[in-house]
Formats: sequence, structure tokens, C-alpha cells
Amino acid sequence: MPKLTIDGREVEVEPGLTVLQACEQVGIEIPRFCYHERLSIAGNCRMCLVDMERAPKPVASCAMPVGEGMVIHTNTEKVRKMRKGVMEFLLINHPLDCPICDQGGECDLQDQAMAYGFDRGRFQENKRAVEDKDLGPLIATEMTRCIHCTRCIRFATEVAGVPELGATGRGEAMEVGTYVEHALTSELSGNMIDLCPVGALTSKPYAFAARPWELHKTQSIDVLDAVGSNVRVDARGPEVLRVLPRLNEEVNEEWISDKTRFACDGLKRRRLDRAYVRRDGRLVEATWQEAFAAIAERLDGVAGPRIAAIAGDLADCEAMVALKDLMAALGSPHVDCRQDGAKLDPGNRAGYLFNTTIAGIEQADVCLLVGTNPRIEAAVLNSRLRKRFVMGGFTVGVIGEAADLTYRTEILGNDPAVIEQLAAGKHPFAERLQAAHWPMVIVGMGALARPDGAAVLAACRTIAERFEMVREADGWNGFNVLHTAAARVGGLDLGLVPGEGGRDVAGILDGAAKGEVEVVYLLGADEIDTGGLGGAFVIYQGHHGDAGASRADVILPGAAYTEKNATYVNTEGRVQRTARAVFPPGQGREDWTVLRALSDALGRPLPYDNLGQVRDRLTEVNPVFAAVGDVVPAPWGPFGAAGKMEAAPFASPVADFYGTDPISRASPTMAECSALCAAPQDRKTGTDG
Amino acid sequence: MLRDQDRIFTNIYGFADAGLKGARARGDWDGTKALIAKGREQIVEEVKASELRGRGGAGFSTGMKWSFMPKEVGPRPHYLVINADEGEPGTCKDREILRHEPHKLIEGALLSAVGIGAHAAYCYVRGEFYRETEVLERAVDEAYDAGLIGADACGSGWAFDFYVHRGAGAYICGEESALIESLEGRKGQPRLKPPFPANVGLYGCPSTVNNVESIAVVPEILRRGAAWFAGLGRPRNTGVKLFNISGHVEQPCTVEEEMGIPLRELIEKHAGGVRGGWDNLQAVIPGGSSVPVLPKSICDSVRMDFDSLHEVKSGLGTAAVIVMDRSTDVVRAIARLSKFYKHESCGQCTPCREGTGWMWRMMERMVEGRAGVEEIDLLDEVTRQVEGHTICALGDAAAWPIQGLIRHFRPELERRIVERQVAGEGKAA
Repeated sequence: MPKLTIDGREVEVEPGLTVLQACEQVGIEIPRFCYHERLSIAGNCRMCLVDMERAPKPVASCAMPVGEGMVIHTNTEKVRKMRKGVMEFLLINHPLDCPICDQGGECDLQDQAMAYGFDRGRFQENKRAVEDKDLGPLIATEMTRCIHCTRCIRFATEVAGVPELGATGRGEAMEVGTYVEHALTSELSGNMIDLCPVGALTSKPYAFAARPWELHKTQSIDVLDAVGSNVRVDARGPEVLRVLPRLNEEVNEEWISDKTRFACDGLKRRRLDRAYVRRDGRLVEATWQEAFAAIAERLDGVAGPRIAAIAGDLADCEAMVALKDLMAALGSPHVDCRQDGAKLDPGNRAGYLFNTTIAGIEQADVCLLVGTNPRIEAAVLNSRLRKRFVMGGFTVGVIGEAADLTYRTEILGNDPAVIEQLAAGKHPFAERLQAAHWPMVIVGMGALARPDGAAVLAACRTIAERFEMVREADGWNGFNVLHTAAARVGGLDLGLVPGEGGRDVAGILDGAAKGEVEVVYLLGADEIDTGGLGGAFVIYQGHHGDAGASRADVILPGAAYTEKNATYVNTEGRVQRTARAVFPPGQGREDWTVLRALSDALGRPLPYDNLGQVRDRLTEVNPVFAAVGDVVPAPWGPFGAAGKMEAAPFASPVADFYGTDPISRASPTMAECSALCAAPQDRKTGTDG
Repeated sequence: MLRDQDRIFTNIYGFADAGLKGARARGDWDGTKALIAKGREQIVEEVKASELRGRGGAGFSTGMKWSFMPKEVGPRPHYLVINADEGEPGTCKDREILRHEPHKLIEGALLSAVGIGAHAAYCYVRGEFYRETEVLERAVDEAYDAGLIGADACGSGWAFDFYVHRGAGAYICGEESALIESLEGRKGQPRLKPPFPANVGLYGCPSTVNNVESIAVVPEILRRGAAWFAGLGRPRNTGVKLFNISGHVEQPCTVEEEMGIPLRELIEKHAGGVRGGWDNLQAVIPGGSSVPVLPKSICDSVRMDFDSLHEVKSGLGTAAVIVMDRSTDVVRAIARLSKFYKHESCGQCTPCREGTGWMWRMMERMVEGRAGVEEIDLLDEVTRQVEGHTICALGDAAAWPIQGLIRHFRPELERRIVERQVAGEGKAA
């Protein structure tokens, strides 16, 4: 371990670190603009210059590896002078329009100018102005503010895997842009806004909405896909203004997808803010009492087996356990949380989890994707796959649709027969899996949400076992299911699946159509074919006026994920909690409390009266809920049902990345992205027409 | 004055055939096989002993540079990269070598490649050198045909390939790491060091980047011995050097001379003297546009080598002597150089990107005197904020001419400012 002296203090640090990192370890902060831990080192801003003894020139600490016996000075007059010099250069062509800049208050340049800026400008010439670029509906540009740190370029090229940004021109004329102007085609593009140290790239939907110090910041979890990205929800008054990523190395590092970030304007639109009851074919506004009375009246005398419940993709665990308990109290075995009909086997937890864990991907050496397009189903998880790919020595085989996943893949064919061949070791790719030390398979909903899903699941299990993907001794489990719904794993953990003699989603719809099921309770379930509910009495509890609400006979207003303290389990089986950032609009209430109140109205009160008691109940149903924030490894066991697979090709369940759930479908920003995505390729440039 | 028998570039004026036949007649490719047989270590030792300093401008010991290459050739091949992107204003020595002595370069490349354990050399030629590239390529073809290079170079068993690559005209691509970037097909921008090219260079492999002239003198050093080369010139500044003399002299020329020749002797002996006589001299930029300008008082006695010029706060650079007589507007001349550096800055790092533009704009005002006297100090401070703080040396190159100007011609700058102020006051009255 090299020993070096920093400002007179001797420190010993790990080899391979940079001087800047070594300084950080001893608590000395070095100002920087271009350096970012997760991007390659550019060393171009020159803000981090430090003085190194025996070096002819000052060194850029972000790029200089530590060496034995180095003597570094970071707080001499000379170093301060260098920093002031660089800061002056950065500011001479910067517009200094902080009062009208959205970055104001959270701007690296502004902050560091406080420390190293002069109190007046010495630059007498005209400032440079740069034409703005149109990067699509998400990122607003003010390129005159750009300080050319190239973080956005490096992010697009390295992390997002879309080398669309670059610098054109030389010297003062250097400009960051997309060469031919077009919208960025990345699902992660919003992260560039966070990376931009100045106000050159800012959020378009959030433009001029608020100042950071006005915002109330809440640490929470994203639920718009099954990754469970850690987020910070910024709200002012009753309004969520933006969603930002929160650091969690195990899950999302510090990235979030564009849907996670920008769908929050959907939280203000199409909201169910009061109860409704259908009278004479029309939904009319009602009080809670009237709504509960209508339900009690309809349920009066209906036998348990004629009642059913479906939990939607955004349902939280507290509400789902209450729903499960209520249905049990009513005597109904017909509950299901698998709206898409995925043939997931609740019997074995390892059979429906992303067992490798997201961080574990970095250890894998061969990956087989079955019926999944992680780029649109779990964009942040896909960036982890790309990160692994960039590290080198990583082979990805795809059984499914051929798609650009931002890393090189081998398309093995979109045919379930390939799975059989692999399971029998007869496919050329089998050799790769055989030779791999840390092989993994990722099975997507495109492969499981079909009639032969159980057979596909069983075949994938065979592959996992054949190629020794599950090795307890190494702590390696390479069998993974990639979910698309935030509620799914939680629902399966809670056993929100048909009981004995119970119907699954297809069975419920079938029963409703035939009149065998009279009452259907939809807990935010919008992705089912509501036209198939026949004459059933539909109770919809949720927060958005989407498909389910329009079919409902009674609507009970719930709370969206930003409006409740709720538990979710991500695709890895990681138990995480959202926190309430704002109150639900109007009469909306946290979802478990709605079910608790309804149970009273139905004369079958649930045995919990506060959040603590509900959470105790969660743990009682499944002990994994006690380990908040962690993944409890699931023991391997039998699951799936061997059978014949159909010849039909796999199709991703996500047709439109920007509209997978009621919140993003209500978001005008997401609608704009969807429209742009659907537009023909040649219309995406800024120069056509 | 250099004796004729000590000249290396005997065809630098292009009076004789540049092809293989002519080159052989001048002694090129003579006993190359035996030189190769000396082996890697001895070649490096000889070049070190000759005290040859890189001819590209920085003057770093060539033998030392070679010795930084990994001792053993690992799985990554070694590469020799020849910098023929001669873009320094005032400099035209490599051009003459490419035109008239291409075989010296190719032979030198072969021997240097042996010295660093490389089997391939990439010669990056300035894009504007179109005809020169043709000459070089013809010479390469001749050498291949004669078996001098190729799978079995000169029958020595050493495989050696020589590739010629044309640049696209960016000055910054003459910086070694930007040259490597450009050669790899990317935007020519200097890389961060460390890692140095000797560890991670062309295509990620250990590489040495040398100037054309440094490479071209290697065969003669090996043939005549390091002691001969080291015996010319002065200690630590040995050997012979191509000097380019341009500007206000009677006969601008490129000439080979001994290192350490007095500047006055160089100009008067070879370039026919300063136009209008030595007393008509105003200033000299002794080593290409990026070194500080020298006033006549220093030019009277200074010697042309690395250390002597360093002592007078200038530099030998590429030994491109730009002579300016008293008719020159020296401020405007330096302002033009500032414009050049502003134009050629790659834009990667902050001090150079922003500083070169600022300096140029201030210089433009200085030309007209449209500034305050205190702004001279500001300008000087800005040059020092750029100098040494950039990724590559372009920042220094942009700063030094202005520093030289302020150091030696400050009264001239002040005179313009004051005169303009007085004229303005006169008008106002």
C-alpha cells in the first residue's frame, strides 16, 4: 500500500486510487467539475489541480494515480491561485444568469465560485454564445452555460450505451451536441441532468417550477418498474415536482430511468380524489359512507366463492395483505396478483426472484435472456448488464426478440424450441454456458405470461440446473426472473394467489363473464381486460382514473406511491419502503386504511389499527418482510411444471416504455416521449421538414 | 561552422536524387544489417551516449525515452510512431527530410524500432504535405522492393513494416498523444499523462513517439558512433541540427549546423544576414512560434542550443528562427500568433480553451493601444494562469510568446496605449 503525504499528513491508501480519492479519504475535498466516480476520467476541467513535489507542473489530482512517497499540497497559496485561475476561465464565457437558471441553488459552478471566484470580472471582451440544441422532450438545453466537462458525453457513451453525444468544433468553438440534431434515444437520459454540473442541461418538464430550497425532500422508492430504484421525491405543498435518484449501490447505483424521473407529472392528472358510486349507469360522486354502504348492500348475502379480488401492479404490500385478509374473512379463495397471467409459481421463492441480485450481475460471465428486453422492462438493471459487458468477458445470449440492448448480444432465435435444445445441451450456446463459471439466466414476463409459461419456467429451471447455475457452496444463484410490476414479488411473498379451488385472473374474468363471480375487487388493477368482467359488480380502489375505474361500480380513492408509507418488494426480493411526500388529493387515503375501514363497514373488522400492526402482520405472513432493505436469499426448490411449449415467439410485455402503468399513462411528458418513440425514424431529427 | 564531412543530411537542398539509388550513393542503408545486429540494448545505449535530444521541440533525451519502453515485449506489441505532423509556424525541417532524404527516415525508423522492440512504425504526416507524402511513400515502396524493410528487413531476420498515415491539418495532432488519438481514428485531443505512451500508447500498446529529425539522425549516429555525435556541439546539447531561418533575412533557408552556433553567425553565414544589416534587427523568435521572442540585445550573443536559450528565458523549440527587422510591428506579429493558438486549441481543457481566446482578444486591443496600461499586467497574469495548467503544452505555447513580448517590449505596449489615450483626449478637447 503506497504511503503518501497530503498537506503534511502521512496516509496509506490502497494502490490504484487517484490522488483525489486519497485526499477524500483523509477528508480533504478537492473541487472538481469533470470528475465523476462512475464515469471515465477526462481530466479536462483542471479544477482539481494540486501541487506535487518533484513534479514539474501541477497535477490533475483526478487523473494522477497515487505513488509511494508522493508529497501533495492542496491548500497552499499556489494551489488556491491555480483554482482561482481555472474558476475565472470557466466564468469568463459563462453567462452568469443564475437568477434565471434552473440550476441555481444546486449548481456546482455556483457553489465553487463562492469559494474560488473573484468578486468581479476582469474579462472585458464579448462573451461567447452557443446555440441551444433540441435533445427531445426531457432535457432542456442552455448550451451557453456549458463548461465542457463532457460528463454528459461520457455518460451517454459509457453508461447509457448510446454514443449519440459528442463534441464538435475546437477551442472556444467546441460544442456539445448530437452531431445531427435529434432526441436522445436512451431510457436513462435524464441522469445527464443530474450529472451536468451547471445549468446547461436541465429538466424540461421541471423548467422554472421551483427553487431547490423551496422543496420538501422525501426519501422513497420508485414503483414504476420492478427494479425498486431508490429515489428522492421533491415536493412543494401538495405537489410532487420532481423525482431524483438516491444512491443505492445494490440497486440503482445513482441512476434512474426516464420514466421514474419524469412520470411524476402524471401524479397530478386523472386522479381519483373522491369516492364514486354508479347509479343508473353513471358514476356519481359519493361520500365514503355512501360508497361503503353501496358495497355492503351489494355484498349482503353473496357467498364467499362468488367474490374475487385482483391486485394491480402498483399495489403496496400493506394493502395487499389487508385485501388478502379481507377476502379470507369473506370466504373467497379467488385472489390473484398476477394481472398479466404470468405462470409464476408462488410455491418456491427462488422460482420468482432475481436471485443473482442486481449487483451480482457484475460477477456473472455468461447471461442468457429468455423472453425479456431488459432495456425497456428494467432500464436501470439493463445499465448494470451493460456495465458488466463493458468490464469485458461477458457473453449475452438472447432467446426472444432481437433488440438493441446497448451491448452486444447473440441472438439465439425467438423460439421456445431453443430453450429445449439448450436444456438438452444440443445448442451451440450450451458450450458457452457449460464453460462459464458464473452463468446466469434471466427469464422475463414475455416468456412466462403466456399459456405455456409454467413449461417455459420449468425448462429454464432445467437449464439452470444443467449448467450448475445454482451453487449453494459458492453462494451463487444464477436463476433470475425479471418482473415488470413493482407489486408482483410482494404479492407472491404474501401469497396473494388463488387459494384452494380458487381462480386465477383468467379464471376470475371467465367466472365474471359467466356470472359465477358476482363481485370483483380491483386493487389498482388496470392491466386486465376489463371488458371481460361481464355483469359483475366491480369495486375499484386506486388513485388514477384508468381502465379499472371506468368499469367500476364503486370507486374508492387510494393513494399513489408518493402519498403513502408503504412496503414494496423489488424483483430481487428486496423489501423497501416508500415514504409519504405529499398527502393524497381530496378524500384519497392510504390503501390499507381504506380496506380496514371497508372491513368495518362489512362487519368483518381486520385486526390491525395502525401501520405498525399491519407491518407486524406482513412479517407474520412472511418473515422476509422483517429484513427491510435487504435481500433474503431464497432456498432452491422445485417450481414450474414441465410440459410442452408452444411454437409462438416471445414478445416483450412492454410495448411502450413510457406508458406501462396508470401514472405514466396520465403523464403528458411520457405521452410526448411515446409519440416521439412511435414516430418514424426519419422524423426524429431536428432538420427534417 | 560545421565541416562538410560531419553533415548528416547531405541532400537537404534536394540537389541529388531522393530515391533509393541516390540515398545509397550518400551512404544510406550501408551495413544496416550489422547495425541491427547490435541488438536492442546496444542501440539504446549508443543513442543515449550520443546525448541526442528530441528534435520535436521539447528536447527530451531520445535514448532515455526509448529506455522507458518495457524491457520485454509482452502480449501487446510495441510500436514506433513517427511524428511528421510538422505544424509549428516557422518550421520546415521535417518537410525537407521527407522531400529529399526519405530513406534516412525509413532506415532510422527500422533501427529505432529495433531499439524499442517494435516491428511496425506509423508515420503520421501532416495533411498539407501532400507531395512530401508521395515522396515518402515512393521511398517506402522502394525499400520494400529492395527487401530493406518487410518480413526480413535487410536480411537481418527482423520483421518491420512502415505505414504512412496522413493527418487532416490540425496543429494539435502534432502533440504526441493527440497524434495517437488521431491515428486511432478519433478526434485529435491530447490524452492525460500518466499513463505515458511507453506504457499505453497506440492502440493501447507500448509506443514511442519521435520526431522525424530525431529518427533520421539515428543511422548516422550508429554508423559513426556516439562519440562522434557527442563531440559536436556543446555538452548536453550535442550533435548537428537542422535550422530553419525565415523572415527578414536576405536568404531564408533550411540548413544543417552544429548545435550551439551563435545566432548571429547562423543568420549571417547561412541566410545572408538580416535585411538591412544586423543593426536593423528588432527581434528574433528562435525556436518556432511557441517560444518567447528575443530582442536584439540578446540576439547579439546568444547561442542556438537548448540550454543557452533556456538561460535567456526562451527555448530552442524546433530551431525555427523567425527574424523580424525594425519594420515589423512586433505586437501585431505576436497577436497573430495568439490568434493561431486560439484557432488551434482543441478545446478539451479549460485554461487553454478559454484562455487562448481571452489572450488573443486582449492582444488585438494591445495592437491598437485600445486598453489600459494596467491591462498589460492582467494579460501577463492570464498567460500565467494558462501556463502549466493544461493537459498538453499548447497552453504553454500560447502563453510564452506573450510573456516574451511583455518581458522585452513592454515600453512599446505602453507607448501605444498612452498615444491612443492622448489622441482621444485631444479629440475630446
